[in-house]
Amino acid sequence: MFYREAGDFSTTYSQDSQTFPIKFDRYRYYVVLAIAFGVIPFLINDYWANAVFVPFLIYAIAAIGLNILTGYCGQVSLGTGGFMAVGAYSCYKLMTGFPEISIVIHVILSGGITAAVVTLFGLPSLRIKGFYLAVATLAAQFFLVWLFNKVSWFYNYSASGQISAPERSVFGIIVTGPNTEAWAKYLICLVFVTLCAIIARNLTRGSMGRKWMAIRDMDIAAEIIGVNPMAAKLTAFMVSGFFVGIAGALFFAVYLGAAEVGESFGIDKSFLVLFMIIIGGLGSIFGSFAGAAFMVLLPVFLKNVFVGGLGWPTDLAAHLQFIVSGSLIIMFLIMEPHGLAQLWRLAKEKLRLWPFPH
Amino acid sequence: MNAMTGNYTTADGRQIGDTLMEMKNITLRFGGVVAIKDISFDIHEGEIRAIIGPNGAGKSSMLNVISGFYHPQEGEVWFRGAKRPTMKPYQVAQQGIARTFQNIALFNGMSVLDNVMTGRLTHMKTGMFAQALWKGKAEKEEVENREVVEKIIDFLEIQAIRKTPVGRLPYGLKKRVELARALAAEPKLLLLDEPMAGMNVEEKEDMSRFILDVNDEFGTTIALIEHDMGVVMDLSDRVVVMDYGRKIGDGTPDEVRNNQDVIDAYLGVSHD
Repeated sequence: MFYREAGDFSTTYSQDSQTFPIKFDRYRYYVVLAIAFGVIPFLINDYWANAVFVPFLIYAIAAIGLNILTGYCGQVSLGTGGFMAVGAYSCYKLMTGFPEISIVIHVILSGGITAAVVTLFGLPSLRIKGFYLAVATLAAQFFLVWLFNKVSWFYNYSASGQISAPERSVFGIIVTGPNTEAWAKYLICLVFVTLCAIIARNLTRGSMGRKWMAIRDMDIAAEIIGVNPMAAKLTAFMVSGFFVGIAGALFFAVYLGAAEVGESFGIDKSFLVLFMIIIGGLGSIFGSFAGAAFMVLLPVFLKNVFVGGLGWPTDLAAHLQFIVSGSLIIMFLIMEPHGLAQLWRLAKEKLRLWPFPH
Repeated sequence: MNAMTGNYTTADGRQIGDTLMEMKNITLRFGGVVAIKDISFDIHEGEIRAIIGPNGAGKSSMLNVISGFYHPQEGEVWFRGAKRPTMKPYQVAQQGIARTFQNIALFNGMSVLDNVMTGRLTHMKTGMFAQALWKGKAEKEEVENREVVEKIIDFLEIQAIRKTPVGRLPYGLKKRVELARALAAEPKLLLLDEPMAGMNVEEKEDMSRFILDVNDEFGTTIALIEHDMGVVMDLSDRVVVMDYGRKIGDGTPDEVRNNQDVIDAYLGVSHD
């Protein structure tokens, strides 16, 4: 009764190709935006920001980035952690090198630098596919972590080998550094997430997205209809790198504050983001959000249940958490290989006809 | 009437134009195997040209040469009055040659509409930044191309399955969607690799009608490979017959039907 598209007709092709062609979806989207921008910033505290919202938003950007590459263009990447590190270190170098320029511009530039680096590492994809490409990007991951450890110029020759974000503000509001308010952290990430998601959606619904999906579904057929495979794959790497770089920059500057490359941007980050898009749904922007929410919320939820609810010791809870989330991932892959986005799609299809399914 | 040179009028009164594509002395080898041996033929504007031959005759290889998958060791391909340099398949597509495949090659993860829209990709030039903004140039381009695509969807009578994922469609409809995708490119030359393979009589009739209508309404030049002799003889204006990589016949269906070499190739001949 609450999900209806009857009487909801598109009368122009641009109405039909909008992001939410169904009125109900569109209003729900506006409501979510209104709550995210208008309500949550007033209620948020440090715990919710640091444990839930900020990591969720940042991982959502990274997941959108990887989803464009893997979900839309079909090029598997295990280098997401390393690519996030590129974003983080470029942001650090820019912040310390040009302190008078706004952090927002630094973050966007970091995205641009990462896009260039990722495109470079995407070059092997012109020759190799599937597992072999995954191994090539894995090499990128290890190379980048090694590079940021080895060359001390990247961390300004600091003795600890760490990078730490200096205090920067946007419109007089502090957004990085230890004195940042929870709502400021949340809001700057939210702005970036919103813009990234809109850009990603625009790119994927138009001719560029169709080129990527054509390459993903059948590269020979894509070539025969006039898609230049090299250009299509490299633009996917580039756009993906841009988003992943922004995610890396925010992860370091806003969320962590101080980072060490092996610890913050190791191989486990690559897998984490990959799990997000697999669980969320490959080839879906909504799936990127759903997957990021799932992977961020699940440990928090389990910890609250085990430690807070049942009063078990922390170490036991931590280990159980690995077991539970691991088995949930396996269950998910078996039961719904297309992820949460597919469940959502099915639910919508059912709801269209509910309560009269015939 | 001389069908081999210049313009001519078909039996049903259609005026056939100048040479659109000419294959000159094409030889294609895979290692020691000679797939195509010294074949020449031409395709005129507005014509339906069939390539037939027994299995393994080199018909599909010929189509792959035209669409740029294979590069012949010898010979020249002339298209629209100019010699074509060695090209990648996507460059051939951008020149205005579209094709369908023997085994359906649709994009299974996309809807019918998106599949047909991919046929318009050679016509969509908006840059990445305009697309990221969507409003304005990108949206305008999308709508313009959508209008073209909708005409083709109407033409092939697949309106009802517009939003259906291609993977859910039955075989005959998939073939039709693939034809729609090729047509969406508004090609100068349309290559059809066994458009009726695996279809029942009714589906074959439908497909034949669509092929004739496409030729008639859009004036598209069509080159097709087909095994069903009845269909080939009814549809095509001129037929090339291949056997073991050689050309053994070329002419109107009637001429080919009475060609002794062709009869030998299809019915067999005693070698003693």
